[in-house]
Amino acid sequence: MSSLSENLSTLKGQIEDGLKNLQSSKELYDFKNLFIEGKKSKISELMSGMKSLAPEERAGFGKSVNELKVWAQEQFTNMEAEMKKRELMARYEREKIDLTIPAAPQPIGNLHPDTLVKNQLIDIFAGMGFEIYEGAEIENDYYNFTALNTPKDHPARDMQDTFYLSPEFLLRTQTSAGQIHVMESQKPPIKILSPGKVFRSDDDATHSPMFSQMEGLVVDENITLSDLKGMLDMFVQKIFGKETKTRLRPSYFPFTEPSVEVDVSCFECGGKGCSLCKHTGWIEILGAGVVNKKVLENCGIDSEKYSGFAFGMGVERIAMLKYGINNIKALFGSDMRVLKQINEK
Amino acid sequence: MLVPLSWLKDYVDIDVTPDVLEKKLFDGGFEVEEKYELGKDISNVVVGLVETCEAIPDTHLHVCRVNAGSHGTFQVCCGADNVEAGGKYPLALVGASVYATAKDHVTIEGVMTIKKGKLRGYESEGMLCAGVEIGLTEDLYPGAGYNGLLVLPQDATPGEDVKALTGLDDWMFDIALTANRPDCQSILGIAREVSAMLEKPLKMPATDYTENGSTKDGFKVTVEASDLCPRYMAHYVSDITMGESPAWMKRRLALVGMNSISNIVDITNYVLKEIGQPMHAFDENFLEGNEIVVRRAKDGEHIVTLDEQEYELTSNNLVICDGVKPVALAGVMGGLNSEIRETTSGVVFECAKFARDNVRKTARALGKNSDASARYEKGVDEYSTVLGLKRALHLIEELGCGKVSSTHCDVNVGNSIEPQEMSVSIQKVNSVLGITVPTEDILRIMTNLNFAPKVDGDKLTIQVPAYREDMLPEGENDVERYPDVAEEVIRLYGYDHVESHFLPEAQVTIGGLNAVQKGEMALKNTLCSMGIYECMHYSFYSPADLDLLKYEEDAPERKAISILNPINVDLSIMRTTLAPSMVNAIARNEKAGTLEGRLFEVAKIFLPKSLPLTEYPEEKQTLCVGIFGNEETFYTMKGIANTIADSLQVSFEYEATTKTFTHPYQTVKVICQGEEIGYFGKLAYDIQNELNMRTSALVMELDLEKLSQWYHVKREFTPLSKFPEEKRDLAVLMDKDITFGQVEEAVCSACKYVKEVKLFDVYEGGQIPEGKKSMAYTVTFAPKEEALDAERVSKFVDKIVGKLSETLKIELRG
Repeated sequence: MSSLSENLSTLKGQIEDGLKNLQSSKELYDFKNLFIEGKKSKISELMSGMKSLAPEERAGFGKSVNELKVWAQEQFTNMEAEMKKRELMARYEREKIDLTIPAAPQPIGNLHPDTLVKNQLIDIFAGMGFEIYEGAEIENDYYNFTALNTPKDHPARDMQDTFYLSPEFLLRTQTSAGQIHVMESQKPPIKILSPGKVFRSDDDATHSPMFSQMEGLVVDENITLSDLKGMLDMFVQKIFGKETKTRLRPSYFPFTEPSVEVDVSCFECGGKGCSLCKHTGWIEILGAGVVNKKVLENCGIDSEKYSGFAFGMGVERIAMLKYGINNIKALFGSDMRVLKQINEK
Repeated sequence: MLVPLSWLKDYVDIDVTPDVLEKKLFDGGFEVEEKYELGKDISNVVVGLVETCEAIPDTHLHVCRVNAGSHGTFQVCCGADNVEAGGKYPLALVGASVYATAKDHVTIEGVMTIKKGKLRGYESEGMLCAGVEIGLTEDLYPGAGYNGLLVLPQDATPGEDVKALTGLDDWMFDIALTANRPDCQSILGIAREVSAMLEKPLKMPATDYTENGSTKDGFKVTVEASDLCPRYMAHYVSDITMGESPAWMKRRLALVGMNSISNIVDITNYVLKEIGQPMHAFDENFLEGNEIVVRRAKDGEHIVTLDEQEYELTSNNLVICDGVKPVALAGVMGGLNSEIRETTSGVVFECAKFARDNVRKTARALGKNSDASARYEKGVDEYSTVLGLKRALHLIEELGCGKVSSTHCDVNVGNSIEPQEMSVSIQKVNSVLGITVPTEDILRIMTNLNFAPKVDGDKLTIQVPAYREDMLPEGENDVERYPDVAEEVIRLYGYDHVESHFLPEAQVTIGGLNAVQKGEMALKNTLCSMGIYECMHYSFYSPADLDLLKYEEDAPERKAISILNPINVDLSIMRTTLAPSMVNAIARNEKAGTLEGRLFEVAKIFLPKSLPLTEYPEEKQTLCVGIFGNEETFYTMKGIANTIADSLQVSFEYEATTKTFTHPYQTVKVICQGEEIGYFGKLAYDIQNELNMRTSALVMELDLEKLSQWYHVKREFTPLSKFPEEKRDLAVLMDKDITFGQVEEAVCSACKYVKEVKLFDVYEGGQIPEGKKSMAYTVTFAPKEEALDAERVSKFVDKIVGKLSETLKIELRG
């Protein structure tokens, strides 16, 4: 009896001492198994030693062993929690890093400034009921000029130096060419917006032989110059801000009459005059006008019943104004250093 | 066009400031590109009377006492050789601003401010000026060309502002004209507009003369090509006295940028600028056969023009001939053989209208431009042709340099220069504008524009002056010209009267992008999400770009549409592929020091159905992706392609192929749902070297027309399986040449429950025998009808291993 009781207190001491020196969950697991798990554990052996005791001693001894077991279980459970905590901390310690090392790049690309401007314009005009029509870049003389009231010897042909591909075919000089295709195939009401590349034989610091235009056309009954002004007012307020005003002044395009240049009050200085607007308070952004009735007639539209207006603007010009790009050529250079600066989603 | 205010004032009483005039012109459709005072850089220069003038010993200098009236009297040192007591010269006061000249006293080097100074110990308060120092030339002011002091008239008052005295207070307007208003390409033309804008009468230049010269009997004009010359007038002037033009004429020509040549030549130039009518003067002595013939040149015929250039002509060129030979290139330049010279005693004036287009074509074809051709190209009206000749003859008399003869020939096709009547509905005029302009305003505006309007109810009748060819009907059916009238009315009534309506009467339409346009935008956004930047290149490139990528001589890419008049060879053919522009863009980036990046372009390639073009070519929307940098590999591009496929919910397959410009073993065709839609591959190293590229670069091109059919295909939603998927890893040993694709195919064919075969390791060397490699996969089994138990999955694996061994001799690794 006494030796069993001694064993009991020795075991307790062994557990207490052993737990202090354990380094890992694995060691703890093995150590625990040594004492309480399985038939060969020390506490189980103690239990089996009970057979040698007198029956009256057994109850008391059994109780003590059980108490030891409950106690040991509690020690191990606490130690397990403690060990997990220690190991977690150790893992974190090991994973301590230099937080100032530069990030691994997660690149996102971006749309071309032209596309960004086009999307913005499309958004505005789609909301006004305009469909988007993209015409061909290679046009014939009739659609690019003649149908637009610019016959062969017309001085307006000099306004645009044209790239010819054959006596008949050319690179379109204006997206207006698309107007004719639309008016030939659709009946009023027509509201289209036609973005696209156009080409003129001009290549210097401020001119690119290719650039993008955005052309709009409305044909319906009772369309007047005042409707053009109303639509432009709404458009410029959406793209340049609520306070923006428009100014129409006489101009000339063969396919509109009357024709106007449209200036907007400078969105940089509000019209007071700054370097952006060359101290005039106004920035020229588009050309427009009432569709020349000859153009309607060329497309088989009854010019007595229907009238319309058209407007066209240079996309790069707006992109350059919006993003402060000072050289049109930068838009076609594909220089990553340029493209990465335009960051707008 | 340059317009001096002083000249304009000959025809209109301008009582507004230059600023107000600029605004009026601008509002009326005449943008003033530049407006400046002639003497803008000159200030505080007054008339100085030299009262005493003493030589400074041992120098070329003089010390003068200069009386500047109310400004005071100053001691001024002067180095000019023509300074003398009693003379009046421009005196730049201390603080004045004048031009600084180089040592030659001629070349202007900038603007300087006069300060008090000391020369050889003598105080000098101010500077006596030469003409050039105050911006004058001999033509602008007589005597100003002298290399010394400008001598001012004796009646000038000391202290008087020299700018006013010498015309430096004049204003210059540089006006931009629209192509529809060739009638305004002259001082008189602008004056007509200004008269309407200011509501002041127009004073016409004098055109009277007396025919008292000797006649040129039998002289005749024949026009053989009246299509190119609707009007030709010739008028003989006898008793010519050659000499210089008067100062006023020289000054005006100088102001508009023309040199004075001689009185006769100056008259023709003056009429060109004043009336807008080009003229030519032939020396009568050198005209053979007593006649003028206007005809097309013979092919191979030669002419030497006034500037001693020789040209070979074709029948597309119009020439003016005497009885024997060409004496002028019509509308462009006179011939050297009949030029006006000091000995000229009789002159035949030519005043004609030539077809605009023909003059332009001749000028372009011969590369020869003149003031006359520039004017003709814009369009000369016959009203001016008639007026111009009369004006020239008047000037002959006014200058006293010849006697106007009665010998006058006029060949014309019968165009009227009388006003043409036109009627429009006032209501229709207003319907263009969307506002109601009061009828009295319409009448006022049309009267000011010299249209002599009359109103009868809604009917407005006007008389269109012959010079307003832009307003005249083109053809018999062109009668309803109310938009023209609306345009005239509104530009003078004021565009600020136009109200702002937003389509109150228009029908509602539903706008927006169509399905393909939306799909393309979504595709672009997908590409951006992979760190790819959109870029844009010209639609044309160089044949050298095709050489760079080594396309075969008979490759379809070589069948490109050429531009007949390219800017240069680098921009001379339409793109048939987007790859060269992309490769060049990558090379440019590397050259600029950017060694990694991703770019894409969506653009058209142009595929002709025939060459030369006889019908519209196919314009095929194409995507090109270019990636470069040391991290970029074949598999990166494959990943980009897969993401494109995933975004469209299609799958791409890849088949090895070759391209002339890519790595022979790292290039594939891209196959979408069984259809080839493009390729991608790694750029060939020899091309990289040629472009000095340092990093790895890959290019992909996809046909978006083909891809676009998948933009909006709706896919059925597949509900998630109730049963869990099972995964098993397999490590196998195989011949080195066996591809992942072959293994994947074998695995899938062995068991229909295989959902995915994922490669996680490839290994060669070490314990792996020579010629072999180890690959490790995770195979995912997706149950369909019921859950898969471990036993079934094991059977699947056995089947797979069996199949691999049987078909590809692949062994399971231990």
